[in-house]
Parts: sequence; structure tokens; C-alpha cells
Amino acid sequence: MRVFCLQVGPKRYHGMQLRLDRSNPVQVVPPRIVKESSATGESMTLYGSWSAAALAQQEHWTALEESLARQVKAPLDASWDLRQIERLDHTGAQLLWNTWGHAWPRQVLVLDLQRSTMNRVARYAVVPPKPHRSTPKELFLKLGEWLMGVESHAESALRLTGQLFIDLLQFLRDPSKAPWRDISGHIYRIGATALPITALVGFLIGVVLAYLMSRQLRQFGADAFIVNILGMALIRELGPVLAAILIAGRSGSAITAQIGVMRVTEELDAMRVMGIRRGYRLVLPRTLALALVMPLLAAWTTAAALLGGMLAADLSMGLTPEYFALALPKVVQLSNLWLAMGKSMVFGVLIALNACHFGLRVLPNTQSLGEGTTASVVTSITMVILFDALFAVLFRGVGL
Amino acid sequence: MRPAPLAVVIEGLSSGFTTRGVKAVIHQDLNLSIARGEFLSIVGGSGSGKTVLLRQMLGLETPLRGSVTVLGEPASELGRAGTSSRVGMLFQHGALFSAFTVLENIAFPLRELGVLPRNLIHDVAMVKMQMVGLDPSAAHKMPADLSGGMVKRVALARALVMDPPLLLLDEPTAGLDPDASDAFCMLLRSLHQELRLTVVMVTHDLDTIFELSTRIAVVADKHVIVDAPPREAIRFDHPFVHEFFLGERGQRAMEVLHGQVQDV
Repeated sequence: MRVFCLQVGPKRYHGMQLRLDRSNPVQVVPPRIVKESSATGESMTLYGSWSAAALAQQEHWTALEESLARQVKAPLDASWDLRQIERLDHTGAQLLWNTWGHAWPRQVLVLDLQRSTMNRVARYAVVPPKPHRSTPKELFLKLGEWLMGVESHAESALRLTGQLFIDLLQFLRDPSKAPWRDISGHIYRIGATALPITALVGFLIGVVLAYLMSRQLRQFGADAFIVNILGMALIRELGPVLAAILIAGRSGSAITAQIGVMRVTEELDAMRVMGIRRGYRLVLPRTLALALVMPLLAAWTTAAALLGGMLAADLSMGLTPEYFALALPKVVQLSNLWLAMGKSMVFGVLIALNACHFGLRVLPNTQSLGEGTTASVVTSITMVILFDALFAVLFRGVGL
Repeated sequence: MRPAPLAVVIEGLSSGFTTRGVKAVIHQDLNLSIARGEFLSIVGGSGSGKTVLLRQMLGLETPLRGSVTVLGEPASELGRAGTSSRVGMLFQHGALFSAFTVLENIAFPLRELGVLPRNLIHDVAMVKMQMVGLDPSAAHKMPADLSGGMVKRVALARALVMDPPLLLLDEPTAGLDPDASDAFCMLLRSLHQELRLTVVMVTHDLDTIFELSTRIAVVADKHVIVDAPPREAIRFDHPFVHEFFLGERGQRAMEVLHGQVQDV
């Protein structure tokens, strides 16, 4: 037997411990204020550290805030002695300046360094400008802006699709010059590396569906119909849709991020300057790869789901795999498989075009990159489901 | 907290990376100490480990051997709450949080401690904003709408918001045009004097080095070969020093220094 030893390096552990240790802030002398009243008036003497680090410790702040509120009634008439302060920084100075109501008191005793800090705060203290609030007119204009945005999305999507057809023509006219290396690279990255995850998800869905169905079917004594239900649902619907949703999340986001990063790092501009068409080099290879890979992945996911369903049916109702395999071709017509494959190819093209569309629209900043990636995935998944519904309506006479 | 006489002490530091099984040693037995109030420039060729040295001082890298002590505490202890009150760092590209406005960016270290009231924090941030030469009207702009020079100023204001005694700068003038670069140098110098900061700067820009430094540390051959005031550092006998300071560009930039010599 082999023993696996989980080694935790001392440094790493050390680092982790420190990161969790937030209860040990920098040691400082707490800021204090002492009031003395005499015949000539009140005098305030300040002690301790009036620095950001000291003030931002909860117990110090609570105590100081309370004593300021209790002792300081007429700040400008008092005499203030700051000379005993251990450290006065701009946060402390700002606190004093706010306590004084943005004016100098009758008498202030300060050291040179403190005076320059106080002077800076006094000179620069301004009310932060109010954040801009939108008026109804601006909101109305924003609606227009949003509509223009929708229009611009539609326009660039149309342009992208048109460009794809032109590039496809060029591809067919001279296939030897096509970016084959890119295409095969994308096939590997989008297709081959997605095999494990799609198989796992498909298998589990198959098991769960078969198990739930068997409970229901047994009530009617219709055990054998599990083949019909699983076969139809998985081959015609769930296999292609599951694979498409997984790939939209996995590769759609990757494509958008990839192209988006190229925008951020000015690689897209560099390509343009070199006279390389991004439609031909970026969009076409990805679209072709996805169009080819998507049906294969859908078939693979369906196969994994059927395997899962077969096993679950065997375990939960004793339906042998032989029976399952023999009955399947009889109850599900072959045309369903062709429909599923065709549908998957459309999903693949949709995901690729959508991902490229959002990738090319990324602006050269990181926030836009994140927004573009999110929008790409959400739109891809929505489109896949919309088109699936469309297929269901259009091909309702096929294979049922 | 008694102030330590030295702001940064590095003793016998070794650092390196392992990439794909290949060990690359960057520093070996490197020693450097920085006194309070200094303006130290770290210079060295590309890949000589200047930025890594800065990251060691910030505790972003772990030493293989040796120790890095910052303001009397090991550098690895930085990174806990309230560190902004000890060390401020100006990253090369500003590293502003792109989802926050300028004011929120500057106020962030203070606000994150969750104790002081919002108004006070905003007042402090507004003062810092003007100290670095920004107009109050820029408070609600987003980082994406700022010019390169403004990004650096906002980043500097954020680094200084809790008045740390030690400020680290990574290529503060990189990517700025000559005017903006000169203005930023002036700002750094006046802040260094007014706030009595200890500043450690990594840069390639000879003009900036001679304008600002009170000391120059040259990193070559995996350790600090010389750590001295500018006029002594450039006389040190080493191929890198010859090439870097005594080349044509170096001669031009050093006119500043010669001017100072005649003034004295």
C-alpha cells in the first residue's frame, strides 16, 4: 500500500496563518483628549497617536469619538495644545479640522511639522463634489442610447455573418492557403479537451433521468417504455442541448476572452496594420472548428447519457442492457439522430459567431473584457435554447 | 512604536524562481540597508531583479534565504489589515481598481478598515487628491477616463492615503511624456521633503534618478555592487556602471548633477 503524504511547507503555512490573523493590528498609543477649565477659558491637550492607523482601530475610535462629543462644546473659543501628540498625520489633522468646523481656534500650540500638516489640510479641505444624478431627460436619452446599442449589435452581428460567408467562399476557392493549423488547434482545444467533462455530465444526467423515470413508469407497469423515453429525450433533445450549453460556457467564454485580450493588448490593431483580415484568421477557423466539433460532442454526450441510463435501468428495474440496445433502434427512428447532428452544427456556428462578436466588441480596458465575456456566455446559452425551440417547431413532423 | 533608525534592512537575501524544472537565481547574498529619509534609486540591467527586490520588500515574494526587514518587522508580515499605514506602493501601471471612481480608489485602504465615518474618509481622500496635484472635479471619474499621468497621481494618492513613512515606486515615470514625467518628478521630490518620506524607487530613467536620488544602489551580478550617493556611485568601476551612467544618455542626464556640484 502506498502512503500519500500531504506536505505543507513551513513558509506556506506561515503565510496562511498571517493572512488569517487580522486581529493583531499595528501597536499604537491610543489618541486622547484632556480638557482643563481655568479662569482664562478652556484648554484642550491632545495626547497619543492621531494617525490613520490609530484612529482606524475600533476601540480607539469609539473612545475618541465619544470624548470629542462630550468635551468639545465651543472648539473655537478653547486653546488647543497639539504638542504632546506622538504622531499627527493627515487623517488626524482632518479630524481636528472637522471638529473645529473648518476654522482656526482662538489659540493653537503646534510643532513645526504639525503646523505644515494642519496647513495642508486647511488649504485643501473641500467638500467632495456631488456625484452626478440623472435627470428624467437624461434617462430618456439613455433609453435612446440603449436602442442605438441594440441596433449597433445587430449591425455588427450581420456584418460578421456576411464576412463569414465571404471568407468561406475564399476558403473553398483556395483551401491550400486556409489557416489549417489554427483550425486543427481549435478542434483539439474545443473538442478533444472537452471530452471528459461532457461525458461526465451526460452520464450523470442519464443516470438521474432513468432513475426518476423508472419510479414513475413502474406505477403503470410500463417499465419497458423507459427505452422510448430515454432514447427520444436524450438523442433528440438533451444530448445536443447539454453539449451546446457546456461548450458555450467552456469555449464560448474562452474565445471571447481570447479575442478581447487581443483588443486590450492591441494585437487586433497590429493584425490590421499587417493587412491580415481578422475575419479570415480569427472568426473563420473558430467557426469551422465548432461547426465540425459540436455534432461529434453531441453524439459523444448522448452516448454517455445512454450508457448511464442503461446502467441505471438495469440496476433499478432489472432491464438488461441487451434488451435496451436491441429495443433502442426500433423505438427511435434514425432521422432523430440526423436532426440532432444538424441542430448541433447550427449551435456550434451560433456559439462561435456569438463569442467572436462579443470578443471583437471588447473595449481596451479590463472591465469591458469581463462584461463582454459574461454577455457572450449568457447570449450563447439563450440563443442555443431559442434555436432549439425553433427546431422543435420546424421539425415536429420528423422522426416522431 | 519606537521608530527604527533604518527603514529597510536586507541581509543575505537569495531569491529565485523554478520554471519548468530550471532554477533561475536572481539574487545571491544581497545586502542593502536604507536609512529613514533617504530617496534611494535601485538601478540595474533588464532582468537583474530590481522589481523582484521591490516585491521582496513588500512581502509579495518569499526569500529563499536571508531576511528582509521593513520598519523593524519582517516583510512577510505585511499584507495584514492596516498595512497601508506602514508602506505605500506605486505600481508601474497604477493598479487602480477599474470598477471604482477616483475618490473611491483613494479612500479604499481607509474605508476597508471599516471604522472611520464616510465623511471623514472622503475629506481625507480629497486632501490627498489635491496634494498630488489633481483637481477636485476629477473625484468621480473612472480610471478608464484618466490620462497616464493622472492614473499615476491617483495611484500615488492611494498609496499615501494613510501617511505611510515608506513609499516604494516601480518605474514612476515610465509611459509618461517628458512634461508629465518632469511634473511627476517635481511632485515626488516635494512630497519626499514635505512628508519626510523614505522613498525607494526602481527606474531606468536617468533624468529621474539624478533629479531625485539621495543614494543610488546598483544591482548587478545578483547582488548590490555599490550603494552610495549619486556622485560616488557613478565612479564605481564596473562594466554596467560605465555603460549605464557614462554612455551618451548618461552624460546628458548628468549635467543636472554637475550643475549641482558647481552650485555647492
